[in-house]
Amino acid sequence: MPIITYREALRHAMAEELTRDENVVILGEEVAQFRGAYKVTEGLLEKFGPKRIVDTPISEAGFVGMGVGAAMLGIRPVIELMFWSFYSVAFDQIVNNAANIRYMSGGQINCPIVIRGPANGGTNVGATHSHTPENILAHHPGVKVVVPATPHDAKGLLKSAIRDNDPVFFLENTILYGLEGEVPAEEYLVPLGHADIKREGTDLTIVSYGRPVIQSLAAAQQLQQEHGLSVEIVDLRTIRPLDIDTVLKSVAKTHRVLIVEEQRPFASVGSQLAYMIQNEAFDELDAPIQRLGTIDAPAIYSPPVEIEQLPNSQRILKAALAAASA
Amino acid sequence: MSKKKTDATPEKNTAAKAAPEKTGSASAISATPPESVSATSASAAAPVNAALSADERVELYRRMVRIRRFEERSLRAYQSKKIGGFLHLYIGQEAVAVGCCSLMGKDDHVITAYRDHGHAIAVGMDTKPLMAELYGKVTGCSKGKGGSMHYFDPTRNFWGGHGIVGGQVPLGTGLAYAIKYRGLKGAAMAFMGDGAVNQGAVHEAYNLASLWDLPVIFVIENNGYSMGTSQARSSAGELATRAAGYDMKWEVINGHDLYEVRAKMDALLRRAREESKPAVVEIKTYRYRGHSVADPDKTYRNKAEIEEYQRTKDPITLFRTMLLAEGHLTDELVDKIDAEARSEADFAADFAEASPFPTADDIQRDVYWEADNPAQRVSGGRLFFN
Repeated sequence: MPIITYREALRHAMAEELTRDENVVILGEEVAQFRGAYKVTEGLLEKFGPKRIVDTPISEAGFVGMGVGAAMLGIRPVIELMFWSFYSVAFDQIVNNAANIRYMSGGQINCPIVIRGPANGGTNVGATHSHTPENILAHHPGVKVVVPATPHDAKGLLKSAIRDNDPVFFLENTILYGLEGEVPAEEYLVPLGHADIKREGTDLTIVSYGRPVIQSLAAAQQLQQEHGLSVEIVDLRTIRPLDIDTVLKSVAKTHRVLIVEEQRPFASVGSQLAYMIQNEAFDELDAPIQRLGTIDAPAIYSPPVEIEQLPNSQRILKAALAAASA
Repeated sequence: MSKKKTDATPEKNTAAKAAPEKTGSASAISATPPESVSATSASAAAPVNAALSADERVELYRRMVRIRRFEERSLRAYQSKKIGGFLHLYIGQEAVAVGCCSLMGKDDHVITAYRDHGHAIAVGMDTKPLMAELYGKVTGCSKGKGGSMHYFDPTRNFWGGHGIVGGQVPLGTGLAYAIKYRGLKGAAMAFMGDGAVNQGAVHEAYNLASLWDLPVIFVIENNGYSMGTSQARSSAGELATRAAGYDMKWEVINGHDLYEVRAKMDALLRRAREESKPAVVEIKTYRYRGHSVADPDKTYRNKAEIEEYQRTKDPITLFRTMLLAEGHLTDELVDKIDAEARSEADFAADFAEASPFPTADDIQRDVYWEADNPAQRVSGGRLFFN
């Protein structure tokens, strides 16, 4: 199987869908001539031309709203936010329009839009550019929220997102753009709402998504070698719809849970997960559910300290040991 | 600082605050035109108006009357607590929606804000589902899920009905983007109130429309008040001329004169369809009721101001006077149209009254396309959390 980067996987997904469906357009800041601020859209302008690959002004409320309006008429816009952190600038368009339009119209209008781009911290860009908005987005009924951790999932999930008739918010991770992985040469889809067991184990379940999946895999390797601990890693891949059943099945097998997320702990995706696990698998638990996330403060700039604020393999390892021995 | 303004009176002029408002028939169309009401319009001879048949003229008149009687009926339902939420009445502004929407071709689209009853009727929606929507009934145009502010009918190219001031304007720009992308000779009309011009999203939409030559007409229905705040207290400079900063054509229209609305909008719509060019129009109009029925309209303007408009500028009275002078209307027909509009509104209210409410099961329908189309569902997991 060819090995490509997460960034290339996303690009291939868009190229394939642009070829497949002439209603697909890519819109965003610097996506065309500049070849993408993070080079995800590199080469698409040359291949598909300026009608399909469109540079927008720095104007998130304007072009996100414009995308929603175009989607109402059947265009399938894929909108790149240069940083997902800028969702706040377009929040009215995202929650009042994209999320609500189907409901408010009594099912008469669909909004097949994808909004994608890099989210999360770890690149020392401070509080305004390091948001993790998946819980805030997923809070709104009517939308889907996807957070891929590997090149394989990134490509297959993005293709599914573009074909989806509901608004999909697709959160990539800046640090993962360079991550390499095996991606099939032939076309494939990863359907939304199916969690993936990234590693099998018997002693502890780590539930995670996005970059912490990769960090948890490294921690699990070390835990196996140094502590003989067998860790199972469930990668949610999609926050809404949420494949809680795969999580519950894993809990029934290991009886101990650590939730790892790059979110602050308060009102996070992890807090919802913890509630659902205790509510639906209380009898399976041998110990309280543990959580590890970002230390509760705005993102710090200082590079070595930001590493400590976020989940990292060493913090995960420590938390996993505690969860396994609780 | 010079503030050239509309006829809107700043809130300081409340000395002549009049008696409490009457309820019931909110805005009677005066039976006999006073002398100040003109029987002519400079725009009557414009090709788009000259081409109208007698029947078409009468239909334009009828549509305005139907809007007014529908709204008066909905007001009574609101006052008797049959309707919840907000009710933003369009009474006084009828010539704007009817004039603009009467020009729509098959590839033209409309989107508006929360004062949307007039536009909905103007694009041809049936008043029964409109009234039922106000009653929160499942037979409503949005199945009782949208309410007064969220009317929709995509089969008539009517894309709502939006609750956030200015939030619909980028959507309207998106409709125009889709029209252009498809290579169609159509245009989008994005209606907003004068309060919306100060929202950032509106300016972002202006910029995109002009930058990309999108066929969208931004229609500012300037009724003088951003909710209860007069223009003098809310908007710097002129509203229409802000378009100049975006290198967009702009126009100011007398919104009391249906012929003028049609003549000037027709020219801009043709230009939008043929040349794919946006424009901003400011249509001067006036609303007789408060911002919403929940806003009693007692603190920011006086009764005399409203009565002056009703006496001299009512768009329905004005148009009727012109049609009578042109010989297209008779007094008998006027009475007949009015009686029919009243009974249509009553019939809509009866229909709404007799209709069922949505069920609790309906709460989670129409949220996701995928949830409503289980046979085609491809994703897994749970979509809802309770």
